[in-house]
Amino acid sequence: MTQSERIAPSATVPARRFDAAGILPWAVFALLAAVPLIAPHFGLEYYVGFVRHMLIVAIAATSLNVILGYGGMVALGHAGFVGVGAYAAVALVEAGVGSAWLAWGGALAAGAVFAALTGAVSLRTRGVYFLMITLAFAQMLYYLAVSLRTYGGDDGYGLYTPLSLGWLDGVHGDVFYWVVLALAALVFALASRLAVSRFGHALMGIRDNETRMAALGYPVYRIKLAAFTGAGALAGLAGGLLASHNAFVSPSLMHWTESATLLVMVVLGGRGRRWGAPLGVAIWYTLAEVLKINTEYWHWPLGLMLLLVVFLAPRGVAALFERRRGEG
Amino acid sequence: MLKVDKLNQYYGGSHILRNLSFEVPLGVTTLLGRNGVGKTTLLKTLMGLVPAASGNVVFDGREITRAPSYERVRAGIGYVPQGREIFPRLTVEENLLMGLATRPRGTAVPERVFGMFPVLRQMLGRRGGDLSGGQQQQLAIGRALAFGPRLLILDEPTEGIQPSIIKDIERAIRSLAETGEMAILLVEQYYDFARSLADHYLVMERGEIVMRGAGADMDADGVREALSV
Repeated sequence: MTQSERIAPSATVPARRFDAAGILPWAVFALLAAVPLIAPHFGLEYYVGFVRHMLIVAIAATSLNVILGYGGMVALGHAGFVGVGAYAAVALVEAGVGSAWLAWGGALAAGAVFAALTGAVSLRTRGVYFLMITLAFAQMLYYLAVSLRTYGGDDGYGLYTPLSLGWLDGVHGDVFYWVVLALAALVFALASRLAVSRFGHALMGIRDNETRMAALGYPVYRIKLAAFTGAGALAGLAGGLLASHNAFVSPSLMHWTESATLLVMVVLGGRGRRWGAPLGVAIWYTLAEVLKINTEYWHWPLGLMLLLVVFLAPRGVAALFERRRGEG
Repeated sequence: MLKVDKLNQYYGGSHILRNLSFEVPLGVTTLLGRNGVGKTTLLKTLMGLVPAASGNVVFDGREITRAPSYERVRAGIGYVPQGREIFPRLTVEENLLMGLATRPRGTAVPERVFGMFPVLRQMLGRRGGDLSGGQQQQLAIGRALAFGPRLLILDEPTEGIQPSIIKDIERAIRSLAETGEMAILLVEQYYDFARSLADHYLVMERGEIVMRGAGADMDADGVREALSV
């Protein structure tokens, strides 16, 4: 039984439309699943890793979209969570953990704990102060990592121990790719679910007007902290995956420009849009890749193209699709 | 139901609420006063949206002076803010569901809300922002009533609303009061509306209650004259 039926059986509520466009992203996922099987036949093995990297970054971007897009919290320290996750995974591996699942689980937990601790402080501020505090926390981590001799300091740290995926080991050479794809799908499904959930509605209400939500009986600070912690956990997971993907971690993971890039990707794709984050990541990486092939000076044409996108789709590229579906 | 004792509030250096003491019993209590006397600040303090500097607020025998807003709502206080503040991008239905924060998941909006404001049922699938001002006001009241509060606080519900809808709102408030289970604190500048609903009245001036009495005595007490500039 849907909510509307429960409210008023006689009410004339337009039925929720069957959402053809909502299927499209999942179809893309299905296609992506075939990449490791097809790419080698065309000598494009490189792109298996490329897509895998993109999927991991999309997990981090999606987690940022939850707090930025749904929660209206403009955080400039998201790469900090990614870095915490990556270093946590490395620390676990160096402590003798051989299971990838445990290492990633540790990365997720580390991201959550760090987000809960920093969120408890930074969520007492708003707007530009919030942005500065999240940036400050991420910078602290960055310099902490630079000074961590145990894990290579500035030079970074190689992760040479192969990790076990349990019974998945040896299924296929590219099994890690599918694991990442499945985790990404899970994260996107979670984020999509969030958009229509009670918690998600509360979060969006807080974004629009905190005072009003407090007056309606919502524990504003707790809801924001829960969202922030959840986002930190997912970003931490992305960090753990990234450590496995690169077999290397370095403080540059947490550099503030990484946080800024994540922000740009989310805004580009459409903040607060269900598919905004993965779309933004896909556009960013594809543009950068195409430009890199053609020119060493790929930054400025990328900038120009981004300007163009911003002018044509100020609410993000995902919004263009929604408008066509009449949602505006 | 609500008891306020020696409440003080400051904005920077200016003393906004000065030792306010009053009670809101069952029925309708109207609070009148000119612009800038501190009415909205008082309501925000009652809701915990701004902290009280000193004094006590007791609701239903429970001290809530320092309680966060959501606990006050949980205790049973509904608030309809000035300017309605509905969610323009959510549907009427979603707006009403937003009012159920303190209720378990899946709780339905009570039928009573639609009984009072039938237009909300007709508009259930429309966006809040597409409604007229009067409909939005009804939605805001419906949203505050959705969780079944025992004290309803309304901040100038007639502001900028057409007369026919003011009548609807008046009827709704009266029907709530007639249940005999609810206390309603109504802040108003519109004298006739306040007068017709009031069981009790309070007049505020520069942060103090300067007149109080039974609603029926408002004319005799010269409340209208006290409010006119």
